[in-house]
Amino acid sequence: MPSANGTREITYVEAVREALTQSMQADERVFLIGEDIGVYGGAFGVSAGMHAEFGGERVIDTPISEAAIVGACVGAALTGMRPVGEIQFMDFITLGMEQLVLQAAKVRFMFGGKATVPMVLRTPGGSGTGAAAQHSESLETWFTHVPGLKVVMPSTPYDAKGLLMAAIQDENPVIFVEHKLLYKVSGPVPEEPYTIPLGEPNIVREGKHLTVVATSIMVQRAKQAAEELAKEGIEIEIVDPRTLNPFDDSLMIQSVVKTGKALVVHEAVKTSGYGAELVSRIVESEAFDYLDAPVRRLAGLDIPIPYNRNLEYHAVPQVENIVAEARKLVRGEY
Amino acid sequence: MAKSKNAQTSQPAAKRKLSDKQLHDMLYTMMLIRRFEEKALDLYSLGKVHGTMHLSIGQEATAVGASGALTQQDYLLNTHRGHGHCLAWGSQADLMMAEFMGKETGYCRGRGGSMHIANVDANNLGANGIVAGGLPISVGVGLSIRARNTEQVVMVVFGDGASNEGAFHESINMASIWSLPVIFLCENNQYAMSMPVEKSMNIDRISDRAAAYGIEGVTVDGNDVEAVYAAVHNARQRAVAGKGPTLIECNTYRYMGHSKSDRQAYRTRDEVKTWMDKDPIERLAGHLGLSKDDKDSLFKKAEAEIEKAVEFAEASPEPDVADIMEGVYA
Repeated sequence: MPSANGTREITYVEAVREALTQSMQADERVFLIGEDIGVYGGAFGVSAGMHAEFGGERVIDTPISEAAIVGACVGAALTGMRPVGEIQFMDFITLGMEQLVLQAAKVRFMFGGKATVPMVLRTPGGSGTGAAAQHSESLETWFTHVPGLKVVMPSTPYDAKGLLMAAIQDENPVIFVEHKLLYKVSGPVPEEPYTIPLGEPNIVREGKHLTVVATSIMVQRAKQAAEELAKEGIEIEIVDPRTLNPFDDSLMIQSVVKTGKALVVHEAVKTSGYGAELVSRIVESEAFDYLDAPVRRLAGLDIPIPYNRNLEYHAVPQVENIVAEARKLVRGEY
Repeated sequence: MAKSKNAQTSQPAAKRKLSDKQLHDMLYTMMLIRRFEEKALDLYSLGKVHGTMHLSIGQEATAVGASGALTQQDYLLNTHRGHGHCLAWGSQADLMMAEFMGKETGYCRGRGGSMHIANVDANNLGANGIVAGGLPISVGVGLSIRARNTEQVVMVVFGDGASNEGAFHESINMASIWSLPVIFLCENNQYAMSMPVEKSMNIDRISDRAAAYGIEGVTVDGNDVEAVYAAVHNARQRAVAGKGPTLIECNTYRYMGHSKSDRQAYRTRDEVKTWMDKDPIERLAGHLGLSKDDKDSLFKKAEAEIEKAVEFAEASPEPDVADIMEGVYA
């Protein structure tokens, strides 16, 4: 894949749009389907201008019918197309769960491996927009609990483009979780099409004192925390799984072997969150013998996302929380 | 008697004439379905299969009439009560029986069982264990057909119970607004497990719901193979002409319980007998003027085919536990 260095910078939302556009230009089987994705351009502007470029047959506006949107993706994928569905807010995926969990994820296995369901379901998750409890959830862990689904969560514009192009080319149903607060974040993204293999994590920053495993927007916050911590002489290593499931954990485990300490950070609520899976993998591995501190989780509080700006801010990990928790672990103040 | 049982009067306009040869073939397939399911029941009683099964004995005319009106290029999505649809679609009894017995040689390598028989290579996109689960998928198949610009249709089969699911509403509405080539075939067998149709909806005909979506709706006698054939034939013509989906309600009846655990406390023996008097196989055999001997010999032929299927299935290997993870991801 091309390097991100020395290329132009675009935003995360532009990177997602570029991945969709280039995939549709390269493969006429790819089409988009979802609510308000046409002339409106999508609730977050992801598909802005794409209806004009590709027309209503390939950028399909739907009624508000999430079960049928997901089912339409399953049926089209089973019969030779490569649909990319959009669920307007991740919370609304609850209305399409049956088609996603009982159909998309299981059809291939139930049919003895004789069917393929190459579909992508994109959806924006996360809090920080003041949209309160029904438009701010981070539900990605649910889907990691369903064999047959792949779950991808890009944290940078570069990853967003490469992972989405890979997801569209993948033969399996992929849940592609974008973050609303990342849409306006800029970063270097090569203009040419490229893919990042699903399942491969990324060492975002190298360090020796502590391994921080973070997902989605928490990768950005961990990077900011790393700058603060570096001023105190604490160098954290940041691992971004990028694909939550299936996930090759060997890089993460090697990192913990090196640092001897681990902190897992995600926005979703703590109880039974993805962090529990990451911590389990660390303590079940050879890294156990190298641990010289408890493995800790920093995650969203076990509450729905509140409306009030200050309460919302305190519901999920912020940079200062990561700094404080990392400092405690490194200094042995736990 | 349920209200809907008296509502078998709405016939499609053009009742296409089938040749005696075609009707003979259909009769044989109906007999094959019946013997397949009776054998399935035997095997269950003998402990040779496990789990559960949903038998469609009594509903054979709907499966055979509907599939008969479609082509090999068309698509099928069906239900947990799906053995009949599969056989009517041309699936092999031996590969189905092997699947039923959980064998590696079965259509789904023993991973699906009775409730998930599929044959994707033959455009049979599978039986579905979730009531109304196939309807949203049919919308996507319709979109795919339109995108590929082929003269195909997709038929999705579901029961009366499915028409009370939200997925029914979302799917028919979507197929209607885009005029997709989808045939919504409702097998109204009068009960959703134990819930009678007249207690689960406040209308006489499920096909009346078509009006709410601006599509054609017809109710036919589901025990009349020719009536079912004609309705699906007309729906197919409309679909390939770009005139959109049709909702067809086929009134029929299952003689057996919902599944293996059903003690049938919700209906009377008299009611079952009333429907057995309208048996679709007897009716077609009578229509064709078959003698008792003719009929017996056709049933014998079906029994022989089923016996061979059982022999094949019993001789087939079990799946290897070493392969248990296969098929989760492509």
